[in-house]
Amino acid sequence: MSMNMDDALQTFIVESRELLQAMEASLLEIGQGGDDTESINAVFRAAHTIKGSAGLFSLDAVVAFTHVAESVLDRVRAQRIAMDPALARLFLDVCDQMGALVERVASGLEVEGALQARSDELARQLSRHLEGGAAFPVAGDWPDGAPAQVDPPVFGPGCVASGLWHISLRGSPDLLRFGLDPLSILRYLSTFGQIVSLEMVLAAIPRLTELDPETCYMGFELSFASKADAQTVEDAFAFVRDDCTVRLIPPFGSIADYRALFADMPEDNLLLGQMLLRCGSLTQEELAQALATQEWLAEDEAGQAPAPRLGEVLVDQQLVEQPVIDAALERQLQVRQAKGAEATLIRVDAAKLDQLINLVGELIIAGAGAQLAARRFKAPALVEATAVLSRLVEDVRDSALTLRMVQIGATFNRFRRVVRDVATELGKDIQLDIRGGETELDKTIVEKIGDPLTHIVRNALDHGIESAADRLARGKPAQGRLMLNAFHESGSIVIEVSDDGGGLKKERILAKAMERGLVAEGQSLSDKDIFNLVFEPGFSTAEQVSNLSGRGVGMDVVKRNIQALRGTVDLESREGHGTTIRIRLPLTLAIIDGFLIGAGPSSYVVPLEQVVECIELPPAEQLASGANYLNLRGEVLPFIRLRDLFEIPGEPPRRENVVVVQYAGERAGLVVDQLFGEFQTVIKPLGKVFSHIRCIGGSTILGSGEVALILDVPGLVRHVTAREAGLSRSRHGSLVATA
Amino acid sequence: MGELIKTPASGAGLTEPRQYLTFTIGGEMFAVETLSVKEIIEYGQVTCIPMMPASIRGVINLRGSVVPVIDLKARFGGRPTEATRRTCIVIIELDDDEHQVVGIVVDTVSEVLEIPAADIEAPPAFGARIRADFIRGMGKIEGRFVILLDVHAVLSTDELSLLSEMAQAVPSQLAPSLVE
Repeated sequence: MSMNMDDALQTFIVESRELLQAMEASLLEIGQGGDDTESINAVFRAAHTIKGSAGLFSLDAVVAFTHVAESVLDRVRAQRIAMDPALARLFLDVCDQMGALVERVASGLEVEGALQARSDELARQLSRHLEGGAAFPVAGDWPDGAPAQVDPPVFGPGCVASGLWHISLRGSPDLLRFGLDPLSILRYLSTFGQIVSLEMVLAAIPRLTELDPETCYMGFELSFASKADAQTVEDAFAFVRDDCTVRLIPPFGSIADYRALFADMPEDNLLLGQMLLRCGSLTQEELAQALATQEWLAEDEAGQAPAPRLGEVLVDQQLVEQPVIDAALERQLQVRQAKGAEATLIRVDAAKLDQLINLVGELIIAGAGAQLAARRFKAPALVEATAVLSRLVEDVRDSALTLRMVQIGATFNRFRRVVRDVATELGKDIQLDIRGGETELDKTIVEKIGDPLTHIVRNALDHGIESAADRLARGKPAQGRLMLNAFHESGSIVIEVSDDGGGLKKERILAKAMERGLVAEGQSLSDKDIFNLVFEPGFSTAEQVSNLSGRGVGMDVVKRNIQALRGTVDLESREGHGTTIRIRLPLTLAIIDGFLIGAGPSSYVVPLEQVVECIELPPAEQLASGANYLNLRGEVLPFIRLRDLFEIPGEPPRRENVVVVQYAGERAGLVVDQLFGEFQTVIKPLGKVFSHIRCIGGSTILGSGEVALILDVPGLVRHVTAREAGLSRSRHGSLVATA
Repeated sequence: MGELIKTPASGAGLTEPRQYLTFTIGGEMFAVETLSVKEIIEYGQVTCIPMMPASIRGVINLRGSVVPVIDLKARFGGRPTEATRRTCIVIIELDDDEHQVVGIVVDTVSEVLEIPAADIEAPPAFGARIRADFIRGMGKIEGRFVILLDVHAVLSTDELSLLSEMAQAVPSQLAPSLVE
């Protein structure tokens, strides 16, 4: 396949990836104690759609492999075999393999060698679940020599005697308006089989006065003789599937299928039954059987309806605890919400969005310029007009930014698989608890947070949570718990990964740090400082190096990746009780609300959410001489003189101001010359030359056209702390040398 | 880039006559190929970036994008340029993968000249007062030599970012040597 793939193939690849994700999610839900029918159907639908689309592009390797998977799923759906944990695991592998095949297609290469071998191996495993280990098609003899995948007739209870297909079709009212003609399907069916008998369903036709000639009211019940395989028959309805209710029952279909047909179709059961009899699909006896069970079911349902919900009954009888019920209800709600959301989504090219955000960014700069000019001319009408304008621009900005926002839930859900796989590999029983999945953040950040998060999660699974035996010995439940949580806090998003494992051992970290020369002997560190040592390069305290983690690379990379996103990472741990890693990230990378300050000739911007208050710097005689802290309502507030730090020449003005900033629970003061007030800023990257810059988070363009630098407050504080620590240490060092 | 520039002595990259923009820095004449020059603007509104070496003068707003400005005089080891009325910023676009745009501060911009390949000498091994790898060749103009700058070496982002990193080194990183 050449490199220039056409758009359709691109769409296929994107859709397949999404479908596979959905498939994986559904597979993981199976066996979680809910109703698996919907999940199994979802898995089937995904496989089916991928197979169908792959067929359009003649991707034989994908089609052949997916076909086997689909056949097995079909049997699961028909409840002939059960989706036990072993099969679910096999399907996870199948899902991965389908992903690998799709990626191979995306890279424009043929499927061959090891990949094909893996396909064949999995197909072999799958075919064991087909009756009698039915032969599976191997790439090459598909689709030309497609084997008829009609299940061998099984006579006996539960199956009908008719060897014909039974097809039920009901057109949606809009079928004809979409230019679809049901007759053409019938004609197409006759090309590979024979319509033995056909019954029109006319019950829905209204009286002539109410009849709309453009609306479709009819349906068919027909029996159909064909040697074609299920796929061919199904494909005949590919174009009308969305606009029709189609029910296909294969030859020798089960009574259960017919029962479902009765339940699904709107017509009166007896009327429909008569039609089926006339079609020859059912015998009188079979009809009676199908209807009898149906009525029994209906009665059962009717009896339950007014009664309290099953959940309540269970709680009343104290069979199930309330939290379990709540969790189940919440899950149901999520499923429903997800379904509702699906319909209203549109796919937009990310580049278009970025362009829009860039334009809005320019608009904000231009708006600020206009406002400045208006103020200079002192024309009240103009000032007012620009004020309204900038408020609107602000709204446009906000909604433009929300376009880029996605929920973190999808990222979190991917970890279900990771946790399950890793836990199996380690032989641990670990439950993943996800909270705050609806928290939104910028798509770019979501994409970049995946890797660091995976690393943290793997670490927690591998080193954090102890083996079941150890847990029991420590009086904890055998099942370990890992929690992913996300929430918004003061203009940032916080992501927490917590486990209820063994926690970090302070002494060991400290010993290791001394061994590695990260900490000097006799240096006293707070708990927080000690824990944060694990983020230092080359630090690992794992006693044994495992397959998963513990090679001593990792946490420092995690920290670097997070810092590159203007975020911070913190660690909290209680020995024996668990560890929580807290990642704090900005909501978006594009625009922030800033507070404009001046020091010397330059202007700087502090992110507004970090500004707590502004005060006047007390005169020098009230400050401890030489020390950089002041008394803020009884609290010690260390401050940084921006003029000193940035070596700005010239004398400070007579009255200086202090901007009190807060970040991650710590406060500091910035001593500046002037306060200019709030200012919306579009962040402009400083470019590669400044890639190592500390203290500065980026830049922005003021209304005057001048560039202002955005201060990176955490970086600033870190820099000053490191510098002072270095100074005191070097002073200490020289003392030792002279002594 | 690479090969062509690393072997200027062979003259492989300098066969056809090319146009050069000449300018002066600290009384000395330099030239860069006009192909890499995007535009020339008046010196002004340069925002100084704190804790940077003198060779990194700051950033300017070039129609909405933030462009770093390099002080070539400081980069060549001299004192920082003092801005006068004739001081200009020459905007250079590097033809690398990222099309980095960088401004350089020059004392005066002179003229655009065509220098035939025959009039370009290999750079001297020493004696030019600036690093040999900054020089692409020595152009002869009316009996005088003009230093043809290798903009990729002079404005190498890797080297500049290394410089900026070193300028910010905090004492703590030097401390261990003192302690031992």
